[in-house]
Amino acid sequence: MTDTAIATADNAILAGARTGSAVAFEGVVKDYGRTRVLHGLDLAIQPGEFVSLLGPSGCGKTTALRVLAGLERANGGTVRIGGADVSAVPTNRRDLGMVFQAYSLFPHLDVTANTAFGLRMRKIAKREAAERVRDALALVGLTGFGERFPHQLSGGQQQRVALARALVTEPRVLLLDEPLSALDAKVRVTLRDEIRRIQLRLGITTVFVTHDQEEALAVSDRIAVMNAGRIDQIGTPEELYLRPATAHVAEFVGLSSVLPCTVDGGVAEVLGIRLPIVGESADGSAEAFVRPENVRLGGPIDAVVLESTFLGSVRRTVLRTAGGQLLRMQHAVGERVEFDERVTLGIEPAPVAVRPREG
Amino acid sequence: MTARGFAPHPAVRWLIGLAIIVLFAIPIVSMAEYTLRDATTGGHSLVHWIELFDPAKAGTYRPIWTGLGNSVVLAVVTVAIVLLLAPTMVLVELRFPKLKRPFEFLALLPISIPAIVLVVGLAPIYLAIGRTIGTGIWPLAFAYGVTVLPFAYRAIQAAIDATELRVLAEAARSLGASWPAVLLRVLAPNLRPGLLAASLISVAVVLGEFTIASLLNRQNLQTALVVVGKQDPYASVILSLLALAFAFVLLVAIGRIGGGAPRARRSSRPPKDQP
Repeated sequence: MTDTAIATADNAILAGARTGSAVAFEGVVKDYGRTRVLHGLDLAIQPGEFVSLLGPSGCGKTTALRVLAGLERANGGTVRIGGADVSAVPTNRRDLGMVFQAYSLFPHLDVTANTAFGLRMRKIAKREAAERVRDALALVGLTGFGERFPHQLSGGQQQRVALARALVTEPRVLLLDEPLSALDAKVRVTLRDEIRRIQLRLGITTVFVTHDQEEALAVSDRIAVMNAGRIDQIGTPEELYLRPATAHVAEFVGLSSVLPCTVDGGVAEVLGIRLPIVGESADGSAEAFVRPENVRLGGPIDAVVLESTFLGSVRRTVLRTAGGQLLRMQHAVGERVEFDERVTLGIEPAPVAVRPREG
Repeated sequence: MTARGFAPHPAVRWLIGLAIIVLFAIPIVSMAEYTLRDATTGGHSLVHWIELFDPAKAGTYRPIWTGLGNSVVLAVVTVAIVLLLAPTMVLVELRFPKLKRPFEFLALLPISIPAIVLVVGLAPIYLAIGRTIGTGIWPLAFAYGVTVLPFAYRAIQAAIDATELRVLAEAARSLGASWPAVLLRVLAPNLRPGLLAASLISVAVVLGEFTIASLLNRQNLQTALVVVGKQDPYASVILSLLALAFAFVLLVAIGRIGGGAPRARRSSRPPKDQP
């Protein structure tokens, strides 16, 4: 599809679109039997914002989304959409669009009828519905696919139709429950970027659940990192990457080497190199999270190469220092190192996250 | 050993198939031959088939037509009862998954209870039904609903297992569908093969059941055939043959539906992924 066609389709939808609504979780508690999966979740999402819930499986991110959708009933707390408490409102009256992880197109309906389903439920006149369906399919790049049935589409195409179907009703909030995880890597990246493009154009409030940190970093305005039913930190991708609030966030977002250090007056001494720290930390013994892109060849640290992986545009190498610490380094492809080779390393003076040493 | 190792030789397969065909064909062919016997000439003719529509013998055959009418009414009411099973099963699947096992046990129970035992329990109930809503034929469909339950349950459950019921229901709900709309517009079309199979099996059972109707003194096609058979054995054999043929057609239809209309079914392997 040409850019002009995309722009026309977007404008058509934009003309009828409302601004996204604010979403708020206030002390939301959810139990499954005796297991508490959400421990008083608090989260405020601005209208038009793209927020990702990121965390390992079982951290409660999908449950939070399902509570917002009304597919699960919370045991306590309040969920607000557009300022109104929707805790008692059934799913079908919450005015949401949702894309699921599993392929959820109705197998007995073709692409057009699938996309028109929400409009039909809202009793929109046939002519208007036909127009809006056409625009929505153009928006996701599936013009001309209207008469196909779901089993005649690839996984990526099915999720595009699901997206069009969710957007065509101009919902107040778009919920994405790991919509990309069933797709192969290349399609995942393309569709991810496309979701963000569409979201920005429509200005729709979006909550995106994912366990893939790269995905969350690439598309979100803000990311809420979840762990065991709680939000560890919420912030922009840059904040999370550069100033992780907890060890879990530092470990989960991006790659780091965890190295012992001593903090003294806002400066951490890591392997004999003095580095500024992010945030505040009490003086004393601590652990520093050093990003692999801040480690370079040549410097005061002696190390031996354990493995080196070619990743296309960069090379990533794991090394062991003379003191026995493991260190990850990301470097130019041209800088070849061999297994068991002895090298010297330095660390760029970029700020590092630290946590007090446990025990 | 590979699975192929267990497969019998094609010749053996044909032999087994042939033996089964012969086994089923002998009584059916004998019945057909019997209906064609002509006592006056000692040869074969269509005289008994033609007599079926002879106005002079209408009185003798009247119970058969009454019974056939009753059986059709029973079939319709039983199918209606069976179709009520589907929303119940969907509800159990989506909202009360813990009830699935007990429900299955209950639904399959009638298969293990002989009809004659069932009648012992049903007799006093139907006595009460007779007193309150009359001795018409249609209340018998309640008893048939029970006998049909295991077959209908399996057919519908197979369709439910083959469908992503929960995801489809949740997707429809998120798009603004009320529960009735979810059931009628999304789930029913996807459970269609199971619903049709359950209905046709119900019809087949209704057209084959004798014990309950006979012991509760209700007249359906089967009991009428026995009554008429005492006066005119040819007519009852002809109609038995026709009933068999009808049941056969029904089973073939079920098989076809089970094979499925391809567009309504989800492909297990979608085409190669493209953006």
